[in-house]
Formats: sequence, structure tokens, C-alpha cells
Amino acid sequence: MPVVFFEVEILDAKTKDKLCFLDKVGNIFTFIFTLYPQWYPARQSIRLDPKGKSLKDEDVLQHLPVGTTATFYFRDLGAQISWVTVFLTEYAGPLLIYLMFYFRVPFIYAPKYDFTTSKHWVVHLACMCHSFHYVKRLLETLFVHRFSHGTMPLRNIFKNCTYYWGFAAWMAYYINHPLYTPPIYGEQQIRLALIVFLFCQIGNFSIHIALRNLRPPGSKTRKIPYPTKNPFTWIFLLVSCPNYTYELGSWLGFTLMTQCLPVAAFTLVGFIQMTVWAKGKHRSYLKEFRDYPTLRSPILPFIL
Amino acid sequence: MSAPAMGTSKTAHSDSSNKKKKGPGTLATAYLVIYNVVMTAGWLVIAVGLVRAYLARGSYHGLYYSIEKPLKFFQTGALLEILHCAVGIVPSSVVLTGFQVMSRVFLTWAVTHSVREVQSEDSVLLFVVAWTVTEIIRYSFYTFSLLNHLPYLIKWARYTFFIVLYPMGVAGELLTIYAALPYVQKTGLYSITLPNKYNFSFDYHTFLILVMVSYIPLFPQLYFHMMRQRKKVLGHVEEYSKVE
Repeated sequence: MPVVFFEVEILDAKTKDKLCFLDKVGNIFTFIFTLYPQWYPARQSIRLDPKGKSLKDEDVLQHLPVGTTATFYFRDLGAQISWVTVFLTEYAGPLLIYLMFYFRVPFIYAPKYDFTTSKHWVVHLACMCHSFHYVKRLLETLFVHRFSHGTMPLRNIFKNCTYYWGFAAWMAYYINHPLYTPPIYGEQQIRLALIVFLFCQIGNFSIHIALRNLRPPGSKTRKIPYPTKNPFTWIFLLVSCPNYTYELGSWLGFTLMTQCLPVAAFTLVGFIQMTVWAKGKHRSYLKEFRDYPTLRSPILPFIL
Repeated sequence: MSAPAMGTSKTAHSDSSNKKKKGPGTLATAYLVIYNVVMTAGWLVIAVGLVRAYLARGSYHGLYYSIEKPLKFFQTGALLEILHCAVGIVPSSVVLTGFQVMSRVFLTWAVTHSVREVQSEDSVLLFVVAWTVTEIIRYSFYTFSLLNHLPYLIKWARYTFFIVLYPMGVAGELLTIYAALPYVQKTGLYSITLPNKYNFSFDYHTFLILVMVSYIPLFPQLYFHMMRQRKKVLGHVEEYSKVE
């Protein structure tokens, strides 16, 4: 019976040292890149069927469902940008933009208010919370998150930044406005809101750490996340994507704290988007793992 | 500008791709035929109403009032078309259809109905006439397409009349919004000012100006899209005449 090999080994003729190996899809990416330098590996998509799913870097050639000859179909994914770059840009924007409104930089409000500060202490608190949130996100991007895909299409950065920066400006305009009205229930409301906000920030961070620890550095394995010793992760019992649950909670807290309609709108839009993502993630967990816990919902315990 | 799956003028190549055309079922088709017939009739009523009022008064002025109610009813009824796309019985984009219908509904209710002073403007007549002719052709196009008996005349009209009607409608719409501006500013219509407990503000006057500005990028795109569709749909006729 003919044995088929999908492995090519190139050895140095004199020393017999292994120079390179052709056994994974990733090797094909490199090969195409040398022939077509404009198509760096991140923007290459290779699949067995023109309309099929892209093959992954680490897929082993030998395991592909092909016969003695293999035909691959190539598609250019377009200019790519790294996730890290996108995250840093889209989070740095709101941080800086909000501060511009907080410090009442000229040309935003009437000239007599330039560089003045709000007389409401909740406005200072809100600035601290908002800034803390985005600093946390920036640090997580740099030190915590492990990304499964290195890149995304370049046009995403314009779309994402418009969203984050636009909403940040819209919210910040009203919160830091000279005619801002503090929450109706005053200190009680603000205190409760702050507790909710901080609780959810810690929760969100705990989940990010738990997810990071699921995956050893450099690996792309996927495992079911479970509750750890940290009580903030016990929510994994009920929810697939508690990072989104906590994120929603944070913004609900911020909405309560500022009593500002644009903040509520931002919370709502974010919630809709995160629900879509959570449902997708939940579905892929179910598809990938037979023994996936049945009690879990995508984002809201028992509800959604 | 959406055409249902059946009777579209896609050139029939024998596809090697196994694309199963998921058109509407028989019940859905029956419903859509009724919907499109009713809409055609509705806009015909508006057309007849306009003609009769013009003949009775002898002038173009103030014809809006003679067809105000059916205009509101049938233009608002078009919201159902968004539902048709969402449910899948019409193969158009929900977003695109939603956008088109909402812009009409916006002009009908949030501008013309809300700002009484513009109702006697001639610009209103301009877009009402454009809409009326367009919709009569469009809905009869869909009706005939669904029944698989599309007269070439209707197809031709659908992809030709827009050349004049589209700019005419846009001109009427823009002039109407422009006419509404001073009244909106004076009365603060639909506007919220600070301070208030929701920490939110909205200036309808500025919003209307932004709407007018948005026509600049949007109108050419839609217009040239229809032009391209026209070449694709009616194109083969020209080829025949060249051969002769």
C-alpha cells in the first residue's frame, strides 16, 4: 500500500543538521511570503475549499484530508493590524479625551469656564473611575491578555476607535458640563454606584487573570474555565463569559453614579455587543466540549 | 430599492456553486402579493387625489392637505418592509431597507407633519409627486415579479424614471427641511436643553442641518448604485440594438 508523506526535511549536506522542516501549514505561509513579499503571513488565508474555513498556522499537513496531491486556495485578508495595537489605541483615546473635558480645555464649553473645575465632587469621582477603568484596560492589554489571533483587519481600528472615542467624548461632555446635575438621591446613590463599580472592576480583573492562567504562555490551547479560589470567579458556575457580566455591572455602576443618559446609552450598546459575543463564545464552548457545564448561561445567570 | 428573489433580472448562468435560492414560500408569496397590491393601490389613491385637487383648485399650492392622510398611512405602512427583510421573506438587507424607509417616515412625520408652516410649501409637492410616481412603479414591479409576469414596460420604468425622480425627490426633501429650520429654532421643537436630571441635551435644529449634510455623501452613492443596476438589468437591450 503506497504510503504518503507530507513532510519535507531539508538537511545540510555536510553536517546533516536540520535546516528546515515542511510539515505544518505555517511553513506554507512562510513559503508564499518569500515568493510574494507583499503578503506577510498574517494577511494570508489558506483553505482547502475556496469558501471553506481558513487553515491554522499549526495545522499539520499530514493530518489534512487530502489525497496524493493537495490543492490549497489562497485569499488575501487585506492589511492587518495587531490586536495589541488596536486595543492600546482604542483605550488610550477615551482616557485622554475624557480628561480633556474634565479639565475643560478651551473650545468645548463657554470661554468663561475654560480650565475651571466642577463644583460637584461626584464629577471628580467619575473622572477617577473612568480613568481607572481605561488604565486598567491598557495594563491588561500589555500584561494580562493572551490573544489567540495576532491580528485583525486594518479597517477595524477606524471602526473601533470611532465607537470608543465618540462615546467617551459624548459622555464626558455632559458629566463635566458646567450645567451638570448630580444624582437625585445624592450621596446614597453615589456610594452604592461606587461599590457596584469597584466590585465589578475587581471581578472583571479576576476573570481576566483566571482566563490567562488557563493558557500557558505561547500556547493556543482552549480549556473550559472553572471557578478558582478567588470568590470573584465563582460566577463561572453560572455564566460562560463573566468578564462581560462584570463589565456590564461596571458600566451600570457608572451610569448610576453619573445619572447621565449618554452613559446609559453607552452601557446599553455595550451590553448588546457583549451579549452577541458571549452567545458566540458559549456556542463554541458547547461545540468543542462534550462535558460543558449545563447550568451556565452566556452572560446573565439563567436569563441570557 | 429592493427586488424580491423571484423575477429578478439576474442573468441565469448555470451555477456550479450549489446556491439554493431560498425564496419565500407560497403563503409568504401570497401575503407579499397582497401587500404590494395594496401599496400600489394606496399610492394610486394619492396620485388621483393630487390630480383631482389640482383640477379643482386650479393651482399647485397647498395640495399636501388633500392627500395628507393617505400619504401618512401608506408611507408609514412601508415600515412593514423592514419586517419582511428581518423575517427573510424578502432577500434585502434589513439595514439598507430600514434606512430608506426610516428616512421617508422621518420626512413625513418629523418634518412635514411636525412643522405646520412648511406644509404649504411647494417643495412638499415636489417630493410627494416624486415619491408617488416612484412607489406606484416600484410596488407594481414587485407585484408582477412575484407573479412571474413582469411586463418589460414596468421593469424599464422602474430602472429609468428614477433618473429624474430621485433628484426631484431629494430636492423637495432638502428644500422642505431647509424651510423648517427657522421654525424649529424659534420654537425649540423636539429639543432638550441643560440643565436637566438626565444630563442630556438635543438640538433638533442642529440635527436637521446634519441630516441635510448627510445627503451629500449618501445621495450620490444611492443614485449611482441605481445607475449600475440599470445597466445590469436593462443592459442587454442595448447589446441587441448594437448587433442590428
